[in-house]
Amino acid sequence: MGKVKKSPWLLHYDGSSCNGCDIEVLATLTPVYDAERFGVVNTGDPLQADILMITGGINQQNAPVVKQLYDQMPRPKVVVAVGTCACSGGVFRECYNMLGGADSTVPIDIYVPGCAARPESIMDGIMKAVELFQKRSDEHDQYEKEHKGEAGPVDPNINTARDKVKMQEMKGAADA
Amino acid sequence: MPVTVFLILFPLIWAFVIFAIRDNKVRGIAAYIGSGTIIAAVGVLFVQWLRNGRVPIKLFYNTETADHFILAGEIVLMLVVTYLCFKYHKYWISVLSIVPTLMLAYFELMGPELHTIPHIYIDHLSMLMCLIVGIIGGMIIVYAVGYMEGYAHHHPEFEDRRNYFLGLLFFFLSAMFGFVMSESLLWIDLFWETTSVCSFLLIGYTRTDEAVHNSFRALWMNLAGGVALAVGIIYFGYQSHTVAFHDLIDLSTQMHMAYCVLPIALIAFAALTKAAQYPFSTWLIGAMVAPTPSSALLHSATMVKAGIYVLLRLAPAMAGTLTGTMITFIGGFTFFVASIIAIGQSDGKRVLAFSTISNLGLMVACAGVGAPETVWAGVLLMIFHAVSKSLLFQDVGATENAIGTRDIEDMHGLLYRLPRLATFMFIGIAGMFLAPFGMLISKWSALRAAVDESNILLVLFIVFGSATTSFYWTKWMGKLISRSHETGDRLKDITRRNEVVSLTVHAVLMILLCILVPFISKVYVDPLLIEMFGKYEDVLPMGVLYTMIVVIAFVFLVPIFSYFIGRKMRANVKLTYMSGINTGDNTMFVDSFGEPKRLWLSNYYFRSFIHPHQLRIFSQILTTAVLLVMMSMIIGGAL
Amino acid sequence: MNHTIFYAIGAVLYIVGAPFLGCLMDGAERKLSARMQGRIGPPLLQPWYDFVKLLNKQVVTVDRAQFFILTSYLVLMVMSGAMFFSGNDLLMTFFVLSTTGTFLYFAAIVPSSPYSSMAASRELIQEVCYEPAVLLLSVGFYLATGTFNARAVFSQNTSLVVFLPGFLASYLFAMIIKLRISPFDVSTSHHAHQELVQGVTTEMGARNLALFKLAEWYEMVFLYGVVAVFILNSSLVSVLAAILVDLVIFFCFVLIDNTNARVKWENMLGLSWAVTGLCSGVNLLILMMIR
Repeated sequence: MGKVKKSPWLLHYDGSSCNGCDIEVLATLTPVYDAERFGVVNTGDPLQADILMITGGINQQNAPVVKQLYDQMPRPKVVVAVGTCACSGGVFRECYNMLGGADSTVPIDIYVPGCAARPESIMDGIMKAVELFQKRSDEHDQYEKEHKGEAGPVDPNINTARDKVKMQEMKGAADA
Repeated sequence: MPVTVFLILFPLIWAFVIFAIRDNKVRGIAAYIGSGTIIAAVGVLFVQWLRNGRVPIKLFYNTETADHFILAGEIVLMLVVTYLCFKYHKYWISVLSIVPTLMLAYFELMGPELHTIPHIYIDHLSMLMCLIVGIIGGMIIVYAVGYMEGYAHHHPEFEDRRNYFLGLLFFFLSAMFGFVMSESLLWIDLFWETTSVCSFLLIGYTRTDEAVHNSFRALWMNLAGGVALAVGIIYFGYQSHTVAFHDLIDLSTQMHMAYCVLPIALIAFAALTKAAQYPFSTWLIGAMVAPTPSSALLHSATMVKAGIYVLLRLAPAMAGTLTGTMITFIGGFTFFVASIIAIGQSDGKRVLAFSTISNLGLMVACAGVGAPETVWAGVLLMIFHAVSKSLLFQDVGATENAIGTRDIEDMHGLLYRLPRLATFMFIGIAGMFLAPFGMLISKWSALRAAVDESNILLVLFIVFGSATTSFYWTKWMGKLISRSHETGDRLKDITRRNEVVSLTVHAVLMILLCILVPFISKVYVDPLLIEMFGKYEDVLPMGVLYTMIVVIAFVFLVPIFSYFIGRKMRANVKLTYMSGINTGDNTMFVDSFGEPKRLWLSNYYFRSFIHPHQLRIFSQILTTAVLLVMMSMIIGGAL
Repeated sequence: MNHTIFYAIGAVLYIVGAPFLGCLMDGAERKLSARMQGRIGPPLLQPWYDFVKLLNKQVVTVDRAQFFILTSYLVLMVMSGAMFFSGNDLLMTFFVLSTTGTFLYFAAIVPSSPYSSMAASRELIQEVCYEPAVLLLSVGFYLATGTFNARAVFSQNTSLVVFLPGFLASYLFAMIIKLRISPFDVSTSHHAHQELVQGVTTEMGARNLALFKLAEWYEMVFLYGVVAVFILNSSLVSVLAAILVDLVIFFCFVLIDNTNARVKWENMLGLSWAVTGLCSGVNLLILMMIR
């Protein structure tokens, strides 16, 4: 339906990294590069975010966190891995606690290479993500239109004791 | 009309009947019969009064014998108080009882020849008080039967004296009916002292050190008011040779008799102690140690309203006088400060106590201004406050029985754990401050009247006080509706059937009142004003009235509609945001050791910001100073 | 009769037009803010794009009750605005406005989420801060015109600001708090600012957030509309003057937003009460004395 690509809101998560890419992402969002001219807002809240931007690799400790943040985002959503560590695990890849790049935990759509990734390429990655976001949104609408009136899958209502067990079973299963 | 006598004598006799019954079950049934009879009698009185064309009922012009009984009652009360004071080594308090009683005895026996007056006088205001006392009092007694059963069960450490407790409640009702129906100030004085003593005995029910201490504080403060009342009555009696309450007001407003200033000031002062205004507010806070039914009946719904009732009666006489200014200041100040202190409280009953003081303050201020608009606001406030506070107190008591605590922090998610009680509580709180409930429209009118009277201090007090009032109520409501951070399982609702009956009646009354405000205003409060001021004032403009109706419709219907729409809508339920470390059921998160840790949410209490204790002491000093200065000005001016 | 229709049109215009106007103002604010920081900034219609996107996303919620509370919040906000623009009783309008605020508090506190609950409490503190100023404004209005009825301004020969400068000052101060402009954005903040994640909106995503945004636009138009009450009088020129004043204030607010750091809530409470007490209080005193 609408042009959703004009309003991509970011959620930035920094995993196991040297923080170089983290700084570069922040630099991208500062007035110097002015990402807001594309409508980008750094929300910091998964419920409001459209694009999950991961810098750094994934280790045992942060894997569930990334997974939960991804789960909390409403569809359609796009995940961007920024920097070598997020793309592949980078120099930390062989550490005992590492699982690897961000794609070891959540499905990655866009890979932005670089150690550290430069703001220009990050911006480019965001722009690519935006296109994908629009595409997914259209697909989502199409799906909704075709399945209109059908009863959707029963939502896990986590607030009742009865469903809590069910919730635990479903934990970890991505809704994408 | 024998119903009036019946209303005074029946509860009195019934009190002794209840006291004498040893079997709990039989006593419970007796209490139901008693309260049913009282409600029915009030109904009969109301209908008779309506059929009489709502003209004031004036009865008992010659009461030689009754007067002797009244005097005897005074002396018995004095003896009881003196005995208890000596028993607990509080000797000096007995002086506060002995002196006024002896003075009154002297006045009655050796004093001037008094004019013949009616001793019972029932007009709109008295009738309203009768209805409040009868209906709410009756329901609270029904509630008390169930509550005290649970109380005895939960507190085995206290001696089970249920017969004494219930008996006292009936005894109190008798005194309260007597108080609101009496016209003779001498009768009023007896019933006034009786309610004080009832309150004292009920506060000390558990006989713990704290209870005894608090009960004596309540006693001396109320008796101090009683002294002022007695002095006022005697002074007035000597000057005018009459002791009729209406005469006092008429002489003051129509004849502008200078000697009326002093008795009015003294009686108003007495009313301040009864209505627990600063600096006398501490007794009401201390009174919260008593079992909940007595808090509901005496310390919020009826007895403290006795002070308001007297002030409302005096309102036309206080308008524009120094006494009025003093009363307005004390009331407005109390409204503001008590609401600030209420923010710092987490104990449910203490919040209710402070909010009672605060709301009484607003009513006192309304009466002090003495304009028809403010009296209108005061009367409506009184009705709403009586119902909603009684509901809230009973509900907090029932909740305490169910969850074992009355701390607001522990009421987190009560709506999901004890839906019924939480809903009642929600209604009660909403009735206290949310638009479009009646409290709000009264505030509207009070504010306008305060502006009209150019009372800048009162305007500021109301404006700032209403902000703080909404703060402590809203955060309490928020606690109730938050999803539980505890297990979220439903608790067993052990509220007894009789408690639920009373709660339901109150909740329904609350909602009905809210819907019927315009009607009540037109049919009842406006005639009351005509009776009091002799002229008609359209307090509530039609525009506001229509707006009110629309607001009422919206505030009720919109949430209900959207609730039903929202229920059908598909939505994916997500976890709450906890930086990605929510363990999966919104009640726990992963701590730094990788272990699940329970989430605990708490309200803001501002304690380090408002310093409730220092604030209380400051306000007590300030109000004492104001009272001293203004009273001496009034006395100096009058003599 | 003609007047009634006139005012009904006012209400309808508000209900229909306020979202668009509010949206534009929101966009202009972001654009202006960006220009002040030396950036190009988002397009003027950016808030609209955000809004459309939020409606297009999958419906998510943390607690099912949120939707109905937020809808109530929105409807009551529209209602209080419509009450104002149809020239209703001012004091009543503000009372309804404070009830509206309560619903936002409920929406934020009902999911029992740590961030959103804390922000909800802060929202409540904000309410305590601005409510006296707003209520006093209606008192001042009553003193100056003799009625609480907002339509009375059109029968005045002089603008109310002449009588009520103190009330205007404290109202503007309250407005900064109500609009959550830095330094008083303690409960939630806009755009790039962040604290406590997204404040009261932390647990609102997709459609719920869209409802909140919509209510915010309505609120914005309503609040700027109240400023116009100070300026308007019986002459037509005053309409232009009111718009001009609103624009100046709008600019000043963006400037304040960009040049101030957030204060602690204690300071906010102390400051706002002091300003209200002083400005409105002194103004009130003078008004009562000359009356």
